Amino acid sequence: MKKFLLSCAVVLALAGCSSGVKLNDVPVEDKTGTTASTNDAPSSAQSGVTTVQAGKVSNIDPGPAGVGKVVYFDFDSFVIKAESQALIEAHARYLRADKNRRVSIEGHADDRGGREYNLALGQKRSEAVRKALGLLGVSDGQLEAVSFGKEKPAVPGNDEAAYAKNRRAEFNYR
Amino acid sequence: MISRLTRLVFGLLVTLCCGLPSAFAQFRVDVSGVGLTQVPIAFANFRDEQTSPQKIAAIVQADLERSGQFRGLAAGQVLDETSRPDISGFRQKGADALLTGSVTRLADGRYDVRFRLWDVVKSQDLGGASYAVVTGDLRLAAHRIADFVYEKLTGERGVFSTRVAYVTKSAQRFSLWIADADGENAQAALTSPEPIISPSWAPNGQQLAYVSFESRKPVVYVHDVSTGKRRVLANFRGSNSAPTWSPDGQRLAVTLSRDGGSQIYLIPAAGGEPQRLTQSNSIDTEPVFSPDGSAIYFVSDRGGSPQIYRMPAQGGPVQRVTFTGNYNISPSLSADGRWMAYISRVGGQYKLHVMDLNADKAQAITETSADERPSFAPNGRMLIYATQVQGREALMTTTLDGRITARLAGQSGDIREPHWGPFQNKMNSTKEN
Repeated sequence: MKKFLLSCAVVLALAGCSSGVKLNDVPVEDKTGTTASTNDAPSSAQSGVTTVQAGKVSNIDPGPAGVGKVVYFDFDSFVIKAESQALIEAHARYLRADKNRRVSIEGHADDRGGREYNLALGQKRSEAVRKALGLLGVSDGQLEAVSFGKEKPAVPGNDEAAYAKNRRAEFNYR
Repeated sequence: MISRLTRLVFGLLVTLCCGLPSAFAQFRVDVSGVGLTQVPIAFANFRDEQTSPQKIAAIVQADLERSGQFRGLAAGQVLDETSRPDISGFRQKGADALLTGSVTRLADGRYDVRFRLWDVVKSQDLGGASYAVVTGDLRLAAHRIADFVYEKLTGERGVFSTRVAYVTKSAQRFSLWIADADGENAQAALTSPEPIISPSWAPNGQQLAYVSFESRKPVVYVHDVSTGKRRVLANFRGSNSAPTWSPDGQRLAVTLSRDGGSQIYLIPAAGGEPQRLTQSNSIDTEPVFSPDGSAIYFVSDRGGSPQIYRMPAQGGPVQRVTFTGNYNISPSLSADGRWMAYISRVGGQYKLHVMDLNADKAQAITETSADERPSFAPNGRMLIYATQVQGREALMTTTLDGRITARLAGQSGDIREPHWGPFQNKMNSTKEN
């Protein structure tokens, strides 16, 4: 098995565990997490639940030095603004220089509205960046566009200033 | 608008049981509106109930009152399932029904919980049952009793013994919880440093599908809650999200971006190659099956704004379902297929709506403004949803008319993404009649 996802128990995570995440992975049996019983009730309890603890994934490649990692978007927009062009070109150069480099482009939405719909909106943003990189000659196999929806705001808050910082796509090298 | 008339606070019972953190506990009930008819029911003190770490009669009473259809009265005396109660005395107290019972600790450490329900108006024994349970299932036994009473007195199946799933976030820890339908007995199924969203119960009530971001992307898992065994259902290139089970439990509909954009696919529950159902250049997501399995309702922005649509479960011609407003998302259907709950943005507020699909009429039923992700109780009489109250995330249950709401109180941190589970298999019991 490739080093698809070395997730580890919390204990191991403290000792520092890292993994690479390959693109194009197909579903496999999950080997992540550990189980621990949460209650003293006998296992025969019909209403018993066993707890799984998911571990943390960390990155190995920091990406191009001195280049920003965030592309911001306007409200309800998926268009890359002119001000982000230089940043995207710098990432394109970095990726073209080594075909083994892999980047995950993580789309995000602001806090308004439903979680799944925002996940789809964030996906449109990450795919806009992926397409821009493709036009700049980056091989599609180096890119994965994913979304976190509104689940990981960059800044907290419920005002336009916070929303503007949260409508974004981030480069995350693996 | 309905006016708030009464505000009742229940469920302040302190559970002395086990050393478990009971941070996630108790629904507080608000009753509003006029013309409510509630069945008055007297609760006897169950004989030897003090031997049990759970106060059975009080749990039954809180369950029934939360439904909005019952009003509890204290019988003020110990009566067990073999007692011949003074029916006329209870009639004079204004009770229509009376619940009696007992708790006995068995030699093997289990508890034998027995009860009997009386129709006070007709002076009639409505039957009873006995459940021999381990300590961890005492609450379940109480919920079974509440289901029995509810069914005998309303003619409809109760949902008190069902379970709900939800997600909490505290600091940077996300947890997926399984709790009794009254919010008690919460147990963590998954904890993760990354977000968890969209838990969805399998029709068998034993498995949950959900989206976990633990590998720094949305991946769909199927998780057996009692054993903790889980597997990846969908981890394709891009995002994998919005899992929902077909009523027969054989397949799941999911949203994948593997072919670009967010589109709906079917995947066998055992895993396998997805079959694409929608073919659009727009967002298509949040699929949910009709109860008969023939159709899928989903959200699409193909018309320029997110609206709810319907298509055959194998894909095909798409019909628009919502026409009012420019932001309608998160559909959920009642088991009889008549009602659709969803979230609609009205004047910048996100409000839970219920639509009568037979009449194409919809109504906002809440006074909150950040409602999310409704799902029906399996008997179709109540909904659970997430919202914000005084700037904090909250979980609420409500009747379909919005008159009786209950808030899951006492939790710390943020709480969201509820999903009401299906009816559970009946517990082993003797002499249920």
